[in-house]
Amino acid sequence: MKLLVCVSKTPDTTSRIAFSSDGAQFDANGVQYIMNPYDEWYALVRALELKEAHGGTVTLINVGTESNDQVIRKGLAIGADNAVRVNCDPQSSLFVAKQIAEYARKENFDIVFCGKETIDYNSSEVGAMVAEFLDLPYVSFASKLDVSGQTATAARDIEGGTEMVEVELPLVVSAAKGMAEQRIPNMQGIMMAKRKPLDVIDPVPFDELSTPVQYTLPPAKKTVQLFNADQMDELVRLLHEEAKVI
Amino acid sequence: MVLIIAESQKGQFKKSAFEAVTYGYKTAQAMGSTCAALVLGEAANAGDLGKYGAGAVYQITDAALQQFDSQVYTAAIAEAVKQLGADVVVLNHSSTGKSLLGRLAARLHAGSVAGVNTVPTVSGGFRVKKSVFSGKAIAEYEVNSPVKVLSLTGNAIQPEVVGAAVSVSALQVSLPAPKVKVKEVIREEGHVPLPEAELVVSAGRGMKGPENWGIVEELAGVLGATTACSRPVADVGWRPHHEHVGQTGIAIRPNLYIAIGISGAIQHLAGVNNSKTIVVINKDPEAPFFKAADYGVQGDLFEVVPKLTAAFRRFKEQQ
Repeated sequence: MKLLVCVSKTPDTTSRIAFSSDGAQFDANGVQYIMNPYDEWYALVRALELKEAHGGTVTLINVGTESNDQVIRKGLAIGADNAVRVNCDPQSSLFVAKQIAEYARKENFDIVFCGKETIDYNSSEVGAMVAEFLDLPYVSFASKLDVSGQTATAARDIEGGTEMVEVELPLVVSAAKGMAEQRIPNMQGIMMAKRKPLDVIDPVPFDELSTPVQYTLPPAKKTVQLFNADQMDELVRLLHEEAKVI
Repeated sequence: MVLIIAESQKGQFKKSAFEAVTYGYKTAQAMGSTCAALVLGEAANAGDLGKYGAGAVYQITDAALQQFDSQVYTAAIAEAVKQLGADVVVLNHSSTGKSLLGRLAARLHAGSVAGVNTVPTVSGGFRVKKSVFSGKAIAEYEVNSPVKVLSLTGNAIQPEVVGAAVSVSALQVSLPAPKVKVKEVIREEGHVPLPEAELVVSAGRGMKGPENWGIVEELAGVLGATTACSRPVADVGWRPHHEHVGQTGIAIRPNLYIAIGISGAIQHLAGVNNSKTIVVINKDPEAPFFKAADYGVQGDLFEVVPKLTAAFRRFKEQQ
């Protein structure tokens, strides 16, 4: 089975989020970067499990600059066979998806994996876009994925429940919690990752149609109002009269 | 024209459909344009969308739309956009809307913004805001393509009645056969799903064990709230995984979030910090969650929660 896993680099969850003084740029000073958790923990690990069960290859693709290579190498250390980086600094999901689709089109993958969203822009767009560019079925928010012959079965997380679906390969899938368990790279994996191929390719020209132009921080919370267990009627009154939520 | 896609479930509109129409109406006003709604599949009282500001309601009923396949739904919406000459498409930022937004952007060569929570401004370019970095910041996007697609965050805008019901026009489109076969849909019945809930009562490790959840469920019952939990509690199996809110679980933005015995790790806050009002109940005065709370109760939850439930019950009786 030929598997492609789209991986993104994101600030670590615990990073302090700050911007340039004019609010036009993200301030990367002191920010620790990681592989987007949904890409690493669920998409990549499930792809590796399918390869282990059915044979085949797992390729990583990232759209970004050279500073992303560290994150890509981690994916190779966890077990991917090879990687491709499309060398550019993208501004929008559509640009990223176009680059991934152009590469994937030539390689005829059986399954293209994405995480269900990135933890920086929280958009959930790239998987659907890649699927549309490739004219493939898209199974989003999959918390389970199994393959038997040419048929994939998946459980999709939907509002208040689960949808069980069946679809023929090839397809694009976005991975949610439950699809796999996080794997920690071992020393052998880290050593081998250094020798695995990481090809750098040029982007295809494509317009940026939607770009973030201004960042702001949310207004600071007012100081918490504290109560003890015997003041619950007062708390309920404030929820009704002040917060107006009940 | 601003075209909103009105989501329904089992033939009934969700509240999010009315939110989207109100959003579409306000967007159309800002643009000096008109708002129309598109209904995919069968739905009762489709003309009622007019009350929230849809000047026209269109409906596509086709056997291929009976189950959700993003390719078929995308084809239907894209065809409607062409026939009607729509230039802004508004979806809900739901499991369905998120599966369509990207496809439509690619199909229509449209700039997209996922999870918008304000009405766009149009003087000096089409600009719209969304929450980014898991609620830790707000980004304003500029979209510069002729067609634009947006998905609207749930509970970001309340439905407003501004007019009367309108008649429904059928649209004829030709659709591909679905490739994704839906074998089964399993839904927890009887309460509002977490992503759509306005009131949420959530509990964590402070509960000490699954056998103690009765007081949480009683509080939720009195309030008419949906129950949720923190990650550790879902991971050890005290509560089902679909209740897990936070970074890797469900991100929610209810009007009221009551957190019981949850310390407030940053991964948990990432999923709930867009809640309008947060009440934290914890016996540890150093719990980080108090910093993110509007109201806090320091005390033993096994004493506080029943007293809070009783206070809500008294409040309800007076209403």
